[in-house]
Amino acid sequence: MHEIQDMIACEQCDAVFHKLSLANGEIARCTRCGAEIDRNAQERRNHLLPLTIASLIIFVIANTFPIVQIELQGLVSKTTLMGAVLSLSTEGASLVALLVLATTILFPFMQMLILFYLLIPSTSSNGRPGFSLLIRVMQVLRPWGMIEVFMLGVLVALIKLSNMATIIPGIALWAFCMLTVMLTVVVSFNPRYLWQIEISEQKAR
Amino acid sequence: MTNKVRVNIAMQANAESNAEFISTKFKTVSSLAMLACHQCGKLWKDAQEGECCQHCNATLHRRKPDSLNRTWALLITACIMYIPANILPVMITSTFFDTHQDTILSGIIFFWVSGDWELAAIVFIASFLVPLLKLASLLILVISSQRQSVWRQLERAKLYRLLEIIGRWSMLDVFVVSLLVGLVQIQGFAQITAGVGIVAFGAVVVLTMLASLSFDPRLIWDTSNSLTSSPSAIVTDASYKSNAN
Repeated sequence: MHEIQDMIACEQCDAVFHKLSLANGEIARCTRCGAEIDRNAQERRNHLLPLTIASLIIFVIANTFPIVQIELQGLVSKTTLMGAVLSLSTEGASLVALLVLATTILFPFMQMLILFYLLIPSTSSNGRPGFSLLIRVMQVLRPWGMIEVFMLGVLVALIKLSNMATIIPGIALWAFCMLTVMLTVVVSFNPRYLWQIEISEQKAR
Repeated sequence: MTNKVRVNIAMQANAESNAEFISTKFKTVSSLAMLACHQCGKLWKDAQEGECCQHCNATLHRRKPDSLNRTWALLITACIMYIPANILPVMITSTFFDTHQDTILSGIIFFWVSGDWELAAIVFIASFLVPLLKLASLLILVISSQRQSVWRQLERAKLYRLLEIIGRWSMLDVFVVSLLVGLVQIQGFAQITAGVGIVAFGAVVVLTMLASLSFDPRLIWDTSNSLTSSPSAIVTDASYKSNAN
């Protein structure tokens, strides 16, 4: 078993190509199926750490404050995301509660934490402990973080309620708006490229 | 800031995107008797199926293991669950005067009747059209791959990538219902509870996502002629041309 150094395979269709060295921001696409096969992600990675930290802070804000408050003939009701999950689970829809908890709180939070850990500059010479395991966890979690879908869901729910109650948007609503934009950038980074960067960094040491 | 050059490799000869032409033209990992690590992308020569990648320690596979069987199983389950997801109520609204049950479609009709056409369209696409199209496309992909068909391979590859992007959006209704349940809890006056339908609906979304994850897009290109042709028959060098501009 030996490694082929100068070639690269398309993940989607199995075609093999000679590796090209790409300049910053360049993307190589497969000529057979059009999928992205390689990208120079060095610069993007450098922007990613501050964005991840900011997303983590906003994530905490979005989950501590109520998303929205409704007023119905003098009666007031408000909820946080966690509150919605809890009332779902007490209503007997615990499977749905679990799904919502995982896709909007647990998985995005884990993704951000792992990315944060993988991006902070490492001083050790033999790489980060748990690097390959964490990248694999990232790859598995990637399709399941759904903050942006949740954001659209919030808007639909609010319009649905707007003709029966008065709606007062909470701080968390704005936080979720910001988080949606930021996470789109953070999560669209394919963790696979961290491999290449890690390899080149280890060679440089 | 104009250093962001995109190397967009032009599809060679779009006019001749004849399937047979494509599938015999390219050297593939399999035809070169190599194995690619599905995790880190490294290529290995003289490696056996099931060995570990020496770089990232993931198990090496030629294709995702049992891809078609797993996709079939998940897909059939999703098709079955699709029926209760659309028949059973997803949301039960109890007010002072009456109780009202909503299914996915009646929710959309409510928006349409009350004049929120844009919203009706969004919810219709995300909650009804996307799951239906997803089930249909996955069926097409699985059946055509099973028959090693050379029919519209490029379009099928693109369809698969599209599925991976849009599949998640059908979770929309699950989030709408959970937020309404969390919010409208005014005891004795107005209360919204989740119906059984939403569990089935969530299951459809999760199952179709799992099905598309377990489907291996490489199977689209594993056609009968590409499998039987010997590696030496594939001559054209598939190194990519860069059109940096």
